[in-house]
Amino acid sequence: MLIRTRELRKEYSLGAHRVQAIRGVSIGIDTGEFVAVMGPSGSGKSTFMNLLGCLDVPTSGDYELAGEPVEHRTPDELAAIRNRRVGFVFQGFNLLGRANALENVELPLIYAGVAAADRHRRARARLAQMGLTDREHHLPSQLSGGQQQRVAIARALVTDPVLLLADEPTGALDSRTSLEIMALFQELNRQGITVVLVTHERDIAQFARRIVSFRDGLIADDRANAAPGDAHRLLEESAA
Amino acid sequence: MNLWLTMRVALRALAANRLRSGLTMLGIIIGVGAVITMIAVGAGAQARVEDQIKGLGSNLIIIMSGSVTSGGARMGSGSSFTISEDDAQVLMREIPELISAPAVRGGVQVVAGNANWSTAMFGVTPEYPEVRQWGLLSGRGFDTNDMTGATKVAVLGQTVAKALFGDTDPLDQVIRIRKVPFTVVGVLERKGQSLFGQDQDDVVLVPLSSARKRVLGGLQAKQRAVNTIWVKVREGYDMKVAEGQIRDLLRQRHRLQPGQDDDFYLRNLSEVLQAQEASSRILTLLLAAVASVSLLVGGIGIMNIMLVSVTERTREIGLRMAVGARGNDILTQFLVEAVTLSLVGGFVGIVLGAGGSLAIGHFAGWRTELTTSSIVLATGFAAVVGVFFGYYPARKAARLSPIEALRYE
Repeated sequence: MLIRTRELRKEYSLGAHRVQAIRGVSIGIDTGEFVAVMGPSGSGKSTFMNLLGCLDVPTSGDYELAGEPVEHRTPDELAAIRNRRVGFVFQGFNLLGRANALENVELPLIYAGVAAADRHRRARARLAQMGLTDREHHLPSQLSGGQQQRVAIARALVTDPVLLLADEPTGALDSRTSLEIMALFQELNRQGITVVLVTHERDIAQFARRIVSFRDGLIADDRANAAPGDAHRLLEESAA
Repeated sequence: MNLWLTMRVALRALAANRLRSGLTMLGIIIGVGAVITMIAVGAGAQARVEDQIKGLGSNLIIIMSGSVTSGGARMGSGSSFTISEDDAQVLMREIPELISAPAVRGGVQVVAGNANWSTAMFGVTPEYPEVRQWGLLSGRGFDTNDMTGATKVAVLGQTVAKALFGDTDPLDQVIRIRKVPFTVVGVLERKGQSLFGQDQDDVVLVPLSSARKRVLGGLQAKQRAVNTIWVKVREGYDMKVAEGQIRDLLRQRHRLQPGQDDDFYLRNLSEVLQAQEASSRILTLLLAAVASVSLLVGGIGIMNIMLVSVTERTREIGLRMAVGARGNDILTQFLVEAVTLSLVGGFVGIVLGAGGSLAIGHFAGWRTELTTSSIVLATGFAAVVGVFFGYYPARKAARLSPIEALRYE
């Protein structure tokens, strides 16, 4: 089991109030799964995602990632886990505007302490995988939204993480580009990468093979998606 | 993340906001430039005083004829020739740490060919050049034969040599001092200005005996009296002790009763100069301190702009943290940016400061001295300013929570 949480809780203090963002979430996710996390805003899905990605620490409860307990870690240890284990894809791409595509993809490797030659080689390979070989030296501002998101995905994958966490990855994209990105995720998942995708769009969630719904800080629904959509086929159909 | 890469990221970030980086650096540039220039001005003043000390000769005491009291009226300095050649000899004999050189002085008109020049003539003993630490450029000084024989030989100061002979060699030429012919046997090195701004090279030296017998003649009331005795105290010997010994000995020789005023003046000139040197050193410090204030203001400018930069780049910081940057990586990145700003500013400031001190030297005619230590100091200070004022914003960036930073709009 790649991800295992037990009674995971997170409280925030908002002024005098204490807000329970998630109130005891226990879930297991296996290697190779494609999970969509759904829920209205305020349901706790983003908090859950932050905890999964080790961007935040739980108030209580256990979290094991790839067999390693993750709670009670120092910020530096969490940074190392994020660096090695987790790849992030964000709604707003979050690329460095002054760095070209190649440099953006290399960024996690820099913090991993990988030597320059190795860094270039691995970053190039991931960009090639995303079909962006000829865009290596373009700045983000010179790329389309879909291309930027593919650069971001290349960056997420460059350290060979066990988990790909995507937070509304299609939120800033038009429907066709969204389909392209989802096709990419499905392809990556077929190759064995575990994908956890946070979205509030049912259309997007239905490409996943498992859909977990959050409500009021708890899992309201967790079921397999018997017939996930095939983004690649939909793309071909719309092209035809 | 290695330093070279961090440097590149820092330079890129600074280059992205050229105008802002430039203006921020301007604070440091002006600060460092001001420090360098002010220290150069101060060091120049100090060096001038030091040169004067060297020119005067170290450990030098001057004994001058003092005031005598005649019928209740005190006559003032130099009103009478109270010190003598014999005083000088006794001083040298009784106190082995001293070398004394008595001198008589007279204003004279000197003629050579059809050139003439009004100058000061000093009648001196062979010890004079050693005591004054004043070497010969060419020719020879005086010896005991000159003293006993009252030979008509003269040694010229640079100004006199130039005035009388221009570029031709004055050696073995004959000059007339108050119509008495003297042969030039030597030329003194350049000595420069005295402490009081007089041209010390405007001088003719002749043997003491010759001055008295051949030139001054009956003007001298007492046969052995002199205007001045220059005393050089051996290196390492306490000047205060030497002064006391000289005073005691002279009072004894002059038969002065306790309570009676000295009839001579002792002046420890290097002491005067050392006081001047100390004051010029304080001036340097003061100038540097004032200039440092502008460096400090420049540092605050860096802090200000780094705080803005951290706020602007909060999302970038969040992203870097999300992909694995540790707090230290972020801290280093912003610190290197701040230090780069201050160091680049510092280097430009050094160039500007060097130019500024040259300009002051050129246009104001002040002596300025660009010292390595001031450059090292200013560079170090700039780096310290960068670290000091860059640390707070950098730490602020490093302590951001990754989620909040990523969410920052």
